[in-house]
Amino acid sequence: MGDFIKENLNPDGVDRRGFLKCMAWAGTGTLCLMQGGVLKSIALSDMASRGLAAAKGELAFVQISDSHIGFDKPANPDVIATLDVAIAKINALGMQPEFVLHTGDLTHLSKPSEFDTLDQKLKSIHTGEIHYVPGEHDVLNDDGAQYRERYGKGTKGQGWYSFDQKGVHFIGLVNVMNLKAGGLGTLDKDQLEWMEEDVKHLKSSTPIVVFAHIPLWSVYPEWGWGTDDGAQALGYLKRFGSVSVLNGHIHQVMQKVEGNVTFHTAMSTAFPQPEPGKAPSPGPMKVPADKLRTLLGVTDVSFVRGKQTLAVVDSTLAV
Amino acid sequence: MSKTIMKVVVCAVLAAELGWAAVSKTDVFTHAPSTGPVEVKIDNYNFTPGEITVKAGTTVTWVNHDDVPHTVKSEEGAFKSKAMDTDDKFSFTFDKPGVYEYYCSVHPRMTGKVVVK
Repeated sequence: MGDFIKENLNPDGVDRRGFLKCMAWAGTGTLCLMQGGVLKSIALSDMASRGLAAAKGELAFVQISDSHIGFDKPANPDVIATLDVAIAKINALGMQPEFVLHTGDLTHLSKPSEFDTLDQKLKSIHTGEIHYVPGEHDVLNDDGAQYRERYGKGTKGQGWYSFDQKGVHFIGLVNVMNLKAGGLGTLDKDQLEWMEEDVKHLKSSTPIVVFAHIPLWSVYPEWGWGTDDGAQALGYLKRFGSVSVLNGHIHQVMQKVEGNVTFHTAMSTAFPQPEPGKAPSPGPMKVPADKLRTLLGVTDVSFVRGKQTLAVVDSTLAV
Repeated sequence: MSKTIMKVVVCAVLAAELGWAAVSKTDVFTHAPSTGPVEVKIDNYNFTPGEITVKAGTTVTWVNHDDVPHTVKSEEGAFKSKAMDTDDKFSFTFDKPGVYEYYCSVHPRMTGKVVVK
């Protein structure tokens, strides 16, 4: 099992206070968890000893992100090979995840052949379903028409939707469309209204998982890593005891806990991006070939009923 | 004032002057209306130069040097490129005088301006 574990985070899920922040840079082998309001870091190497028993929850799913099929530059000239490794990791979990979330940038240039390749690859994942949200690279030139035709059946507006799985309410948001000059990711009025209505009927004890491509929280606005009206969306979730927000886009792991909300970004399966402000731009980060796979990865998420919490564990593609 | 402090002050003044000189030079370059074709580079998620002034009838060409796709989209809808992959170009001829603000619709923090006289 190596670097895979499911970990229960927090028994109450309501009284977490203050602001705790953790940045686990992909490849450092560190995982950050919240336990009873206290931040806990676990080295991936320590997790082997915990075994599969610890991984048992009532719901386990996997998040992958930013596959960028079609990208072929030196940062990673073979993004299909690294996606293959990610898929092999999922299939080697020892248990089948309920479903897989792909949080966008399926393709690099929105080409039909890129979508086809991705679809073909993802078919080999042993899982129930795959849920998607688009990244900005998936809606180039056609305002997302092709994306919605392929992945948007049953969705609303520009591709947003929600579903329930084993008592957890999942909300997939689209924040990569109609971006305004000088701005960040955006959800816009129609989607916000839909979301407000969507959660109205839910009990406050319902665990909520929100997923979207661009981080809903302000990671680094200078590089466009945030969503202008993300705070408004999160405002609708204030009464809920457990809210988890999963994003992609920034190609590295970051976690933050604020009140009842846990924020998490995932690694890319294709290429890493620099830490905020540590490079002239957020462009693909070129790293030595032997280091690349330590910067790419898969996220396993498990939910344990009654504990109102989600555990998020990242594993890199390195052996 | 000690010698060391004096040196620091002199250096700071020199740096400020050099900085000012550099800014002035750029200013002259970007604001002088030109007639020939003009190129705007896209590098590190930036339009360079970010602001240009050209005469009516000038064709401006944007070239993407980044490893990720960018677009050039006028805020008022005057022009809009397809997504440009690495080394792709997009050209637009500005026939009418005016101020054309534009941005990358994929990375909207990237903004630029073309002033046509």
